[in-house]
Amino acid sequence: MRDRIRKLIAERKVVAVDVDTLTDTSDLYEAGLSSFASIQFMLALEDEFDIEFPERMLTRKTFVSIESIDRSIAELIGEQV
Amino acid sequence: MPVASPTIEILRAPAERMRGVAEIAARHSGEVDREGRFPQEAVDALKAERLLGVMVPKRFGGEGLSLIETAELCTILGQACGSTAMIYAMHQIKASSLVSHGGSSPWHADFMRELVEQQHLLASATTEGGIGGDLRNSICAVNVADGRFTLEKDATVISYGLYADAILVTCRRSPDAQSSDQSMVVVKRGDYTLDKTTGWDTLGMRGTCSEGFRLVSAGDAAQIFPQPFSEIAAQSMLSASHILWGAVWFGIAADAVARAQAYVRAAARKQPGSLPPGALRLAEVVAMLQDMKASVIAGVVRYEAAMSRPDELSSMGFAAEMNNLKVTTSQRAAQIVTHAMLITGLSGYKNDTPFSVGRHLRDVTSAAIMISNDRILSNTSNLLLVSRFDTSLVN
Repeated sequence: MRDRIRKLIAERKVVAVDVDTLTDTSDLYEAGLSSFASIQFMLALEDEFDIEFPERMLTRKTFVSIESIDRSIAELIGEQV
Repeated sequence: MPVASPTIEILRAPAERMRGVAEIAARHSGEVDREGRFPQEAVDALKAERLLGVMVPKRFGGEGLSLIETAELCTILGQACGSTAMIYAMHQIKASSLVSHGGSSPWHADFMRELVEQQHLLASATTEGGIGGDLRNSICAVNVADGRFTLEKDATVISYGLYADAILVTCRRSPDAQSSDQSMVVVKRGDYTLDKTTGWDTLGMRGTCSEGFRLVSAGDAAQIFPQPFSEIAAQSMLSASHILWGAVWFGIAADAVARAQAYVRAAARKQPGSLPPGALRLAEVVAMLQDMKASVIAGVVRYEAAMSRPDELSSMGFAAEMNNLKVTTSQRAAQIVTHAMLITGLSGYKNDTPFSVGRHLRDVTSAAIMISNDRILSNTSNLLLVSRFDTSLVN
């Protein structure tokens, strides 16, 4: 799942740096994730994983790193099954 | 042997102290507006009444006033002089960032004590040449070496910059940081120089003296807030700005309505037994004012429900509601004052009658453009692509 997240970050040019320079815990906002790009990124994640982020997850903390996104998506997919 | 009794400073209630300041502000408001000068008398009075440190928690020497109590102070002052009230609101917005984020940092905690003791006036430098009003991006960066920082900024607006005792400056966190990876630094008078780059000859809010400056500063690295600016912006600045601005605009609008009512009452006394022509419009504008008040209060209630939960303050739903508060109140205030002018007619249009509302109208037109409503709406429209608005009546 983390690879799919990384692929999206690269494809959608979500951050200002090369995705390969990011670790799973790198702060995406520090890497240049803007508020506009973050929304576009969320829509792309919803589409890719066929999920909808509930209101409680729409916070900065959810999207701060590849690890935190992975955890949130896993939780949502877990709820579906 | 006589024993010195401990000095206990008993301060009157803040609203009562502010009413005294408002009298002074009202006396000078016409001249401040005409000459586009800083309201020195009213700001001196704010300091003398010790109203600049009221939001600082008691443990740091302040009075620990809540945002709603501070909003009421802004409204009282807004009824007297829009410029002075906006200066006071902008100061308190900076103070609220210190209160929310400075308590755990020894330098900022000491600075809060100093703010209360010396009644420092705080200004803000967020706008920057090449970036404009997009306060979540910076070009300039703070440089830190050996525990000291240097920072230069082409600040195209620093309201009352020349009259402030300290300025809170946004910048990139380091010279190699991205434009959205920002810090905020407190620079005190003596830490910085200001070279004026642009003037402030405007339609309204002429006393805020929101000139542009090249700011060059240096100081102790501890003056940089430990939290990223993104947290400060989302958790204290957004709500404090929109609630306190709304309170100022409500004050301006309320005074214009009070003048309209005085005009209608005077007309009614002249023609007993008949309803003056402006009476119906007065009823209408009072309803509009009540509606505006409800918006501000709803914003405060929403903020108070979220204030102790940083996650909630950083959420998109909260940001969208705070954005809407600004757009709605800024539009409403301009409508209300325009309505008051229709009621007062030529007497309101003239600058030298007890019913004049020209200054109110000019001051309140700034509301839609100080952080442009279009920018805010565009930001909200982006949030609404993922965030669902709250459909409940009571959260």
